[in-house]
Amino acid sequence: MPMDVEQANKKALQSIQSAQPVLVGIDTAKNVVPGMTDNLLLHAGPPIGWDTMSGPLRGAVLGALLYQGLARDEKQARELAVSGEIQYSPWHEHSGVGPMAGVSSARMPVWIIENKTKGNRTYCTLNEGLGKVLRYGAYSTEVIDRLKWMEETLAPVLSEALKLRGEINLKAMIAQALQMGDEVHNRNRAGTSLLFRELAPCVIETHFPDKDKRKVLEFIHSNDHFFLNLSMPAAKAILQSAEWTEGSSLVTTMARNGTEFGIRVAGLKDRWFTGPAQYIKGLFFPGYSEKDANPDIGDSAITETCGLGGFSMASAPAIVKFVGGTVQDALNFTQKMYEITETESDSFQIPSLDFRGSPTGINIIKVCELGILPQINTGIAHREAGIGQIGAGLVNPPMKCFEDALEAFAEKYF
Amino acid sequence: MAERRPPISGLFDQPIQVINVGVPSFSDDLKRQGVPVRHVDWRPPAGGNKRIQALLRRIKNGEKTS
Repeated sequence: MPMDVEQANKKALQSIQSAQPVLVGIDTAKNVVPGMTDNLLLHAGPPIGWDTMSGPLRGAVLGALLYQGLARDEKQARELAVSGEIQYSPWHEHSGVGPMAGVSSARMPVWIIENKTKGNRTYCTLNEGLGKVLRYGAYSTEVIDRLKWMEETLAPVLSEALKLRGEINLKAMIAQALQMGDEVHNRNRAGTSLLFRELAPCVIETHFPDKDKRKVLEFIHSNDHFFLNLSMPAAKAILQSAEWTEGSSLVTTMARNGTEFGIRVAGLKDRWFTGPAQYIKGLFFPGYSEKDANPDIGDSAITETCGLGGFSMASAPAIVKFVGGTVQDALNFTQKMYEITETESDSFQIPSLDFRGSPTGINIIKVCELGILPQINTGIAHREAGIGQIGAGLVNPPMKCFEDALEAFAEKYF
Repeated sequence: MAERRPPISGLFDQPIQVINVGVPSFSDDLKRQGVPVRHVDWRPPAGGNKRIQALLRRIKNGEKTS
């Protein structure tokens, strides 16, 4: 009997709309991330090996090997990275997401998010801040030292604070952040402030020394992107609830590893459809230009997959100062995304569009038929390891991902 | 015997209002000449890609209707 795609998509959308991602705690990746081992490094995007990794991803791998204590210095890390002793696997295949290079090792602390509707859990590391950071491929001593401080102080303080505070409803917090000018991908100022309000009183009540509590609060306060590492796994928890809905043509993953862009589809279990990662058009920090840029990288496009980020740019007019374009462009991007999505979010509303729900449920059939690609806004990494972020801008996936997925979908069901 | 004018000739005896479908540069040219024009962003299904059009037909024709 032919597949009823419309019904299958309705079922997937029901899972997405009813999901309730909640922040439940922090733990070490090895303790909670499915399949995590001491010699495994998780990364952003579709599967990739060392040979085809871009500069920032390689840099993050070297940094993670140093941080994990598997290598003493850069030379040893490089040898180990190609030795075959280290395994590489996409975060998405371990119920998680990683911003930019997204590299995580077993020792790293991770946020734990639970979808209260279905019970599925997702994970993400804590945001390191700006400047030279592992997620942009930097692996100098200051980067490793900061990661160790995050493991030894930031995570324990926040873990105890969360136990005092109790669970935090991230869906409600994201919805509120959208009302306050965020789109929770490249603008997380409101989300970070809302989180700070929830956590700060409980941080004060923890048993840690005052200097540690002060440093933790200053760390969150100084980094407008701190909330990104919660909006991402929250979006992942929402979309994971639609995996793997038989017969559904809705996209549940869009992710990039700096070399390839990959998507996954609800009705095509565990399969990646990839194409070359594109170069980002945007605004560069002083001293940098397009020739310095790495192609698109990171799992943060999970926000767009969930109807946030570039899909909700109409909520965040101020973001055009960061990623380029005009306020009218931001409005147009959101309007256009309604054409390739199935419905509007029940929860995430866009004030400038008279509180219309954000475009939700990317349908590969509509993308291929209309030739309209999802709109993503994103950070730009330097193409060489160790330098970091050099700008931010706008990018689309390659159409090949959607065309290959459509062909597989037709072959499987028709 | 008076020459019969084709009916379309009457179109040019009055102010022209244009709906342009597809290629935006046509509407841009008219706008530059001060002609009122409304552009419709349209392109052929799958951008004219025959392979993708065939896949879309296969899915739509095979799809069970509820």
